Amino acid sequence: MSETNVPHSPAAAPIPTHAELFLAFFRITLSGFGGTLAWTRIMFVEKKRWMTSEEFNDVYTLCQFLPGPNIVNLTAVFGSRMRGPTGAMAAWAGFLIVPFCVMVAAGMLYERYGDVEAVRRVLAGVAPAAAGLLIATAAKMAMPMFRSFGPAPFVLLATAFAIGLMRWPLLLVLIVMIPLSIGLASIGPSWGRRR
Amino acid sequence: MKADGDILITLAVQFAMMSLLAFGGANAVVPEMHRQAVELRGWMTEREFTDMFAMSQAAPGPNVMLVTLIGYHVAGIAGALVTTLAMCGPTAVLAHFLGRTWDRFRNARWRITVQAGVVPISVGLVGASAIVLTGAADHSWVAAAITVATAVTAFWTRWNPLWLIGIAGLAGLTGFV
Repeated sequence: MSETNVPHSPAAAPIPTHAELFLAFFRITLSGFGGTLAWTRIMFVEKKRWMTSEEFNDVYTLCQFLPGPNIVNLTAVFGSRMRGPTGAMAAWAGFLIVPFCVMVAAGMLYERYGDVEAVRRVLAGVAPAAAGLLIATAAKMAMPMFRSFGPAPFVLLATAFAIGLMRWPLLLVLIVMIPLSIGLASIGPSWGRRR
Repeated sequence: MKADGDILITLAVQFAMMSLLAFGGANAVVPEMHRQAVELRGWMTEREFTDMFAMSQAAPGPNVMLVTLIGYHVAGIAGALVTTLAMCGPTAVLAHFLGRTWDRFRNARWRITVQAGVVPISVGLVGASAIVLTGAADHSWVAAAITVATAVTAFWTRWNPLWLIGIAGLAGLTGFV
């Protein structure tokens, strides 16, 4: 922990083995409260120095570009860069085992005690809060888009309307919206910068 | 809780397709999960769905583990395995292959245009998830007030969301909701 504060130092450590990859992600999920992304960064860039912070950011950009659970994709790209396909599998499995077991246990408890009065009350309080957290997440993501003039706010609102209010099937909405939005982005690349 | 083959195949196909459409991560496909599990197939009630979403937010681990709870509810441990693998497997394979060629197109103009087009869609999808969950979870004025208070606090402060979830759980336990 002492010599971890050198900024932008190259990744000095040797390439991790499969077992190290598996264990690194296994341990990240054990400390998983409050965001696995932050812990992944601390483990890979600061503690183990398997990656520079530039490499980390680059991998993160790729994972935001991809569909699917971002943080799970991140484990696959890390593992793959370090040790190829089997490395990807080791990192991926290390990351998923603990949350999987936790969730199966939660599911078992829910099936058995979900109708107990005290559990019902707690969940009746937590469910609206979880919805509120998602509203805040969406609002934080949306803020930068409404600061610029361009197609982004229109695309965003149309998508939210079609899925959230009309409840149209995701596949149909995406088949229409993705070409439309990419088309708008390609004809007006300067829209976002005007005003 | 019967784990016959048909339902496992349905789970595998539906969740694999959802993962490939999940631009913006797992939270982007919550409405589609809701549509499939509650509206189309009747796998669970609306209340069970919001309960599971709440548990997936409160538990350690990534939000995507909501699919494990849904799979377990529909078809036991086999169902949980199938939904988790279907949701987390295909795009990880994609990530592995694209990760190898990423350097070649990272700065390509088409890549930047595609991303500029997809990002507002993914944000809209998360917004849609928020709309669907709020509609499903808030059946009283108190519940709506909790949603608003949580959203406002999470938006303007850097508090750990677990505190907000804990406070809301206590408010529920003491019978306010």
